[in-house]
Amino acid sequence: MVLGDALGPRGKRRALVASVVASAVLLAAVVLALQRLSAKGQLDAAKWSLLAKPLVLRFLLTGLVNTLRAAAIALVVAVAVGTVMGLGRLSGNLAVRLAAGAYVQFFRSLPLLILIIFMYFGLPKLGVDLSPYLALVAGLSIYNAAVFGEIFRAGILSLDRGQAEAAQSIGLRQWQGMRLVILPQAYRRMIPTIVSQSVTLLKDTSLGYTITYEELLRRGQIAGEFGKNQLQAYIAVAVVYLAVNMTLSRVARHLEVRQRRRYRAGAITITGAEDLVAMAAAADAKV
Amino acid sequence: MSVLVHNLGAFGVGLRTTLALTLASFAGALAIGIVIASMRVSPVAPLRAAGTAYVEIVRNIPLLVLLFLFYFGFPKIGIQYRGFTSAVIVLSAYTGAFVAEAVRSGVNTVAQGQAEAARAIGLTFTQSMRLVVLPQALRAVVAPIGNIFVALIKNTALASTITVMELGFEYQLLITATAQPVPVALGTAVCYLVLALSAGWLFSVIEHRVAIKR
Repeated sequence: MVLGDALGPRGKRRALVASVVASAVLLAAVVLALQRLSAKGQLDAAKWSLLAKPLVLRFLLTGLVNTLRAAAIALVVAVAVGTVMGLGRLSGNLAVRLAAGAYVQFFRSLPLLILIIFMYFGLPKLGVDLSPYLALVAGLSIYNAAVFGEIFRAGILSLDRGQAEAAQSIGLRQWQGMRLVILPQAYRRMIPTIVSQSVTLLKDTSLGYTITYEELLRRGQIAGEFGKNQLQAYIAVAVVYLAVNMTLSRVARHLEVRQRRRYRAGAITITGAEDLVAMAAAADAKV
Repeated sequence: MSVLVHNLGAFGVGLRTTLALTLASFAGALAIGIVIASMRVSPVAPLRAAGTAYVEIVRNIPLLVLLFLFYFGFPKIGIQYRGFTSAVIVLSAYTGAFVAEAVRSGVNTVAQGQAEAARAIGLTFTQSMRLVVLPQALRAVVAPIGNIFVALIKNTALASTITVMELGFEYQLLITATAQPVPVALGTAVCYLVLALSAGWLFSVIEHRVAIKR
């Protein structure tokens, strides 16, 4: 318990009473919600079983595959570009440092939606036609590269200065020291943050909806309109996202806690990335 | 460039709506976040479980899915609001989960000894919370809440998908209509950039203002 002493006999009694009352209230809320649902006919088996029909199910699962595919490709590209940006921000060359800094600052402050819309509706007017898939992946990659750039910078800076100095003193060039000494340690330290950011990335693929990319949400919407069961369709979509992301979040948290024990190093959090904030908080609470 | 000048009015209105959306949702998120956080640290097990479930569920579902569920799904059970109200409700609920996590970790950063010392000098639980733990916890929370606020500004752009005419909405209208997408995108980007940077600056000022000099 965070707030000090274990409860005394009176406190225990009170907590018990409060538990009973709270359970009753929560239960009543659930019952009320279910009543509301059934009163409006939304619990009818027909509305739900429609989603389990093989045809619909396959349609939705392909949507999930599209979601995962866009997320995976964007993650790889973003980590690669992000590394370059992170290194650029720490470069000895002022111009490189400024350029990388401007990239990171600019794209991190921009809503991803603005970027994706630009890729799909703006670029064709400049003569570049991208498919919805490519527009989504491009938008996700550009945005997340900025986030990863910041994560990498923080990761590299979080290492002890002695590491770079030691590398130098055994005669490694700056680049060699970076490649052989700094980066391997920095990457390891960043892994939990990368996994946690990939939860955000996966959630953000749902923005593909706005540019007609047939990912899980759009397919859920289509299925819902087709079967006149929008509520059920959206709930199904939410549950799928929940299952996938909770698995990822759990992995991230596990890695984070293990890492804290091992290196006594805190999580890397950066501005504008809410999931990273939350993950750091969760890890704080565990240790 | 002329596209921007001609549509300055629309941008101004959009910017105002974005601001209103952000501030209203932030107020809601703070309220929800503090309630959920206190549920999560309370000695009452069912409340703790409910708080944890809330955070886990909301945090792992995309905001856009939540928006659609509320705006297109909930009318089926008779819950129906205008686009703006819906956006504020969903953004508050979503951001509240993140605020709750930040506040909870703030409470956890206060050393155990502080709460113990408060109890030892005879303060009641409420007094020790109010006078000793919370004043320290809230200070530790300013920076993470600032991050969440910046994320919220960006998230308001999603309200455009449920017909709220905020900055992102005006941007989408313009970019499909114009032949010059670059100035439109840059103009919009600058608006968000200014909002994000000034929010960041504001929170760092608050953070320094309330910091305890040790």
